[in-house]
Amino acid sequence: MTNTIRISGSLRNRLMITLISGSAILGIILFFIVRGYATQIAQDGQDNILKASLSSILDAATIQDGLVEVDFPYASLSMLDTDLDDRVFYAIYQDGILLSGYKGLPAPSSLTGETRTFQTIKYKGTFARVANANRILVGERGRIEISVSVAQTQDDLSRTLNSISKNVAVFGAGFFILVAALSYLATSTTINPLMRLAASIKKRGPKDLSPFEKEIPSEMVPLVSSLNRLMGRLDLSLKQSEDFIAEAAHRVRTPLATVRSYADATLQRVSKSENREALRSMVRAIDEASRAASQLLDHAMITFRTDHLQKEYIDLIDLVQDLALRLSPIAEMKDVKILVNYKNPVEIHGDFILIQNAIRNLIDNALKYSPNEAIIKISVGSEPTPYLKIHDGGPGFPPDDIQNLTLRFTRGKNANGIIGSGLGLTIAKDVANAHNGRLEIFNHKKGGACAILSF
Amino acid sequence: MRYIIVLVLIFITYSLNAEEWEDQSIFSSGSTNQTLRILSSTDTSFFEPILKSYLIDNPATKIEYLVTGTASLDKIFRNTPEKYDLVISSAMDLQLKLVNDGFAIKIQDSNHPSWAKWRKSLFAFTIEPAAIVINKRAFANQKIPQSRQDLIKALRSRSKFFQNKLGTYDVRKSGLGYLFATQDARTSETYWRLMEVMGGLGTQLYCCSGDMIDDLISGKIAVAYNVLSSYAGARKKVSDEIEIILPADFPTTMMRTAMVSKLAPNVENAKNFMLHLLKTQLKPADKNNYTLPPLLLKPGQQTIILEPALMTYLDKLKRQTFIKEWERAIIQ
Repeated sequence: MTNTIRISGSLRNRLMITLISGSAILGIILFFIVRGYATQIAQDGQDNILKASLSSILDAATIQDGLVEVDFPYASLSMLDTDLDDRVFYAIYQDGILLSGYKGLPAPSSLTGETRTFQTIKYKGTFARVANANRILVGERGRIEISVSVAQTQDDLSRTLNSISKNVAVFGAGFFILVAALSYLATSTTINPLMRLAASIKKRGPKDLSPFEKEIPSEMVPLVSSLNRLMGRLDLSLKQSEDFIAEAAHRVRTPLATVRSYADATLQRVSKSENREALRSMVRAIDEASRAASQLLDHAMITFRTDHLQKEYIDLIDLVQDLALRLSPIAEMKDVKILVNYKNPVEIHGDFILIQNAIRNLIDNALKYSPNEAIIKISVGSEPTPYLKIHDGGPGFPPDDIQNLTLRFTRGKNANGIIGSGLGLTIAKDVANAHNGRLEIFNHKKGGACAILSF
Repeated sequence: MRYIIVLVLIFITYSLNAEEWEDQSIFSSGSTNQTLRILSSTDTSFFEPILKSYLIDNPATKIEYLVTGTASLDKIFRNTPEKYDLVISSAMDLQLKLVNDGFAIKIQDSNHPSWAKWRKSLFAFTIEPAAIVINKRAFANQKIPQSRQDLIKALRSRSKFFQNKLGTYDVRKSGLGYLFATQDARTSETYWRLMEVMGGLGTQLYCCSGDMIDDLISGKIAVAYNVLSSYAGARKKVSDEIEIILPADFPTTMMRTAMVSKLAPNVENAKNFMLHLLKTQLKPADKNNYTLPPLLLKPGQQTIILEPALMTYLDKLKRQTFIKEWERAIIQ
């Protein structure tokens, strides 16, 4: 099962990039907004001073003997003094005609009523802020419109703005770094439950299809619940197929026994040698089928029980001797001796039925593959861990596919003519795994197959 | 000085030149390839030590030093700013307006005090109070006035004696005189009362401090108001006839300023000269030379501030009004 997984980016990177670029954009927006405000405030400050200067000049305008006099105070221009010594320009107009001051400053448009305007213009090769205002004087010869423009360059203003910009830039950069760090943290926190889920799936045993019960963030509920549903379905279908196999095996076993008894009875009555031979073959085939069915049943039972172990303390030696005794009729048929060696009592904690089944399968195998008059040695010990070793007198495992023999329905190449289903070693191995133990199979140096079941 | 022969050529005003200079001198140390033209309102004798010391360090430079009154200096420079490298004047207001109008370049200097410069373009290099200068003989056995009030009292008490024996700047002709007058008038009403008293007694009007001091020494006039104390001080060393009084009520203190023309033919040289000038003037004066007073404030001393407000009285309308009032007071 090595399906190539197609990777499209990383969730963490995507999240990080989104958050960091977002914070960069925010930082830049912040910079421009603050700078904009600062510019406006600084400009308002300059405008206010220009306005004050303008007012003081306009207020000084009087008509004396029919002539306009604008005896503006020293402060009118004095208030325009700045740290960077900005240049100051002004112009005084009477009905739109320059009365005094600088030429070329924008004259206020001749509007009725008193108005004030501000604008930034280029004057004498530099940018200057100009304020305009006008005032109506009423003399003997009628209305006279006095308008005044006061302008100031923006050296000091730009210096202020530059220093503000610099500070705001530093502030923005700090903000960005802070948010970037927070994004990293947030991303890690967000990704962690996913990582934990992945780790816990990885840690699970191959047959653990139980649902996840740990707490998870709400966003992961859809994923985990579909995963749980998937596993539930998988579990169900596995169980169903196991049940189906068990049911099928069970259904087949009874008729097979019936057929076998009929075949045996018929064998007694038939005298023709070729008929007897055919019947014997039939009986052997039936035996094989019924053994397979019973092993399938065993296997289904084991699969079920490994999920629900019923543990108790078992005397391993008793168990082995009991099994040896039970199998002795078969052994005697082949004149095979079963020797059980042990020194001290060995006790293990496990499921009795399963362990009995596993050991019976192993001894069964040893009996099947041993030639007549062979000796099967079984040793039981507890060092370093409780173990059981079976050494038969047979031809040994075929060395080529020794590792595959524990897979389901796999039989050795030398199994021809021997009744078997290929489930014996599988059952023993599953039982060992269910008890956190292991099954080792190898060929003994002095000949014969060797199997060690350790717990 | 041993190595350099300084040639001083003096042309008196009536030369072939188009401009009418009060004084025109050329300083050089022989081999020259660059001529620095300095337009100034300061008498040559006051500036000579600085010019010479500059030539020691810059032997390849020739300096043409042109002297004229503050008002005409302003006019000449505005018409032909490309002809001159440096402009030096005692009329702070006119100088400031030149800078405000964009005639000067900026010069980076690190240690010139900020109150003595404007826009890094206009640099003050002396501190010179306006003084009341009297002929000692006219006040023999009399209390010497220490303030404008004292002077008014003295003039009133001996009005017959002082008839036509008073002098001051003609503010219509002299830029510096106008600056002193407007700053006085801005500070105190006493100025107008003094002018009225002086006008009532008949007052001689002068273009320059030098002429006033000449007439004081000769006894033609007994009191001169708003004379440059530095000029008077220099002459006092020669003649013992005069006494300089810095008015105790309020002194009007002017700073001589210099700037480098934006269109200066020799910008770098002019900048160097400026830095040399400022460096020299920040040191205490050398008593043995008739040098300019240094740019050192005595404790509590205040000068006319270099600020845009100096342009206030240069306004056409304001000037008209001021001159009208001044004429009404002093000419009568």
